[in-house]
Amino acid sequence: MILADLAPLWLTARLAGLTTLILLAIGTPLAWWLAHTHSRAKVFVETITALPLVLPPTVIGFYLLIAMNPNAPLGAAWVSLTGTTLTFSFAGLVVGSIVYSLPFMVQPLQSAFEMVGRRPLEAAATLRASPFDAFISVAAPMALRGFISGSVLTFAHTVGEFGVVLMVGGNIPGRTRVISIAIYEHVETIDYAQAHALSAILLVFSFLVLLLVYGLNRRFPVQVG
Amino acid sequence: MQDLLEFDISLRLEDFTLEVADHLPLDGITALIGPSGSGKTTLLRILAGLERGGEGRVAIRAAQGDEIWLDSAQGIFAPPYRRGAGHVFQDARLFPHLGVDGNLRYADRRSRHVGGEIAFGDVVEALDLSPLLGRAPQSLSGGERQRVAIARAVLSRPRILLMDEPLSALDMKRKAAILPYIERLPQRFSIPIVYVTHAIEEASRLASRMLVLEEGRKRAVGPVRTILERLDLQPATGHFEAGVVLDATVTGHDPQFHLTQLDCLGQSVAMPQADLPIGATARIRIRARDVALAKSRPKDISIRNVLEGKIAEIAEEADTAFAEMLIDIGGAGVRARITRASVADLGLKPGEHVFVLVKSISFDRRAF
Repeated sequence: MILADLAPLWLTARLAGLTTLILLAIGTPLAWWLAHTHSRAKVFVETITALPLVLPPTVIGFYLLIAMNPNAPLGAAWVSLTGTTLTFSFAGLVVGSIVYSLPFMVQPLQSAFEMVGRRPLEAAATLRASPFDAFISVAAPMALRGFISGSVLTFAHTVGEFGVVLMVGGNIPGRTRVISIAIYEHVETIDYAQAHALSAILLVFSFLVLLLVYGLNRRFPVQVG
Repeated sequence: MQDLLEFDISLRLEDFTLEVADHLPLDGITALIGPSGSGKTTLLRILAGLERGGEGRVAIRAAQGDEIWLDSAQGIFAPPYRRGAGHVFQDARLFPHLGVDGNLRYADRRSRHVGGEIAFGDVVEALDLSPLLGRAPQSLSGGERQRVAIARAVLSRPRILLMDEPLSALDMKRKAAILPYIERLPQRFSIPIVYVTHAIEEASRLASRMLVLEEGRKRAVGPVRTILERLDLQPATGHFEAGVVLDATVTGHDPQFHLTQLDCLGQSVAMPQADLPIGATARIRIRARDVALAKSRPKDISIRNVLEGKIAEIAEEADTAFAEMLIDIGGAGVRARITRASVADLGLKPGEHVFVLVKSISFDRRAF
């Protein structure tokens, strides 16, 4: 077996999967609001949502580290709720990943909801569908491609995360040592064989993910009519 | 007491104000007509609850109980999905992720609790949709799409069906193919219809009653014939297609020349052969531009339909060459559009006896 330690792989998969699920739950209402609101706050919320795209991960990680400090409100609340600290824990990584990957979920969803538009929802309302019913039965299926793109990109982006993890999670085997950190350490310790194996896995995985997203965009253009 | 849709609403936008109050009997088809920008669609959307800015009242007054849809003074706003107002949009708005069958079932499932007599199979049959049930909306022609949209709205078992220029995107031929389906709906499924259009020929064919809007205000309301006879409602009732509708009885057929003879208010008219039994009543339509006037009965002329009447009204259009005339032919009016020069040359005045020369007559409705 060329891979000495499979733990970083499983940890990364768990982190990315959990982040994707939580972001689906948070990102859907947020993207829906952004797609339909006429509020002036929209442009500010859009900007904040897009910040992780341009900020260096170290900056996000730095602020997260400060917020998660047991003396800070967020960190203190977490300690009083769970008895453990948020920093250097798996839960802390999840929180960091949610912030870091937010735009990758929200942006595809928002544009998918905008493509659906109000018209099919009005039609559903005149057919006695409540707003929630219309969302589930009309908007969500019509925006399916947005859900798939958003989930796949969020998952992939979380897998590739490095800076934020290093800042808030450190390098604790089985707890915060994800693939990217493991590769970094293998290179540091001049264990190139292990670094090669893990890097190749990430490369192939990322290629397949992007292939899937672009393939979907080509094969199933959103049909609105 | 007759069931009514009562409304008294206003909507103020930057450059447009809508202020309309009326009560429409909940039976048959009411046409909501007016030039574009007159507020027809906005009024319809307020009735449906799709336009939130409207103020005032909208209510159903019915024998089995009143329903208040909007009363802004009391803060009442029933959302569209609780109103039971079916809507047919100009752009069918079929759900692309569902097939034709799925679109129909979508409405059917959500309205079963309403009860009533409307059955899935009957609606499919009434709109000839069985061959289309397995198709995807994207593969349908414009006319087919509207038929599905109409069926879907009927299957929502509405209290009233609001139709917003459902045929405006279709060509003449497709339009003509769908009109009979719409015509039969109120009778067959006991659903009253409010039909928005700017096409006067569509309105006069379908409706029994018209509400004319102009610049956001009610210009006139009443039976179709009364509205069409009014010369002062232009341009709401149209220039090119302006005309009147009359009831006539079939008295005979002339197979040699392919003509059908009709009796119209005691006067005889003929038109290209129609497949109607003798004694049947038909609604015929005479456009103002197809009518000429003469002071004496003309001889040696190709026009076969000559009616006698008296000038009831002359409306000269300032800054144009034309005058609109209304001629009383014994209880009903025929409109004529002739030049002002002719009015002056012939010395036409209200009360004068004239012969009405009708170049062509068309059936509005085959039988009813």
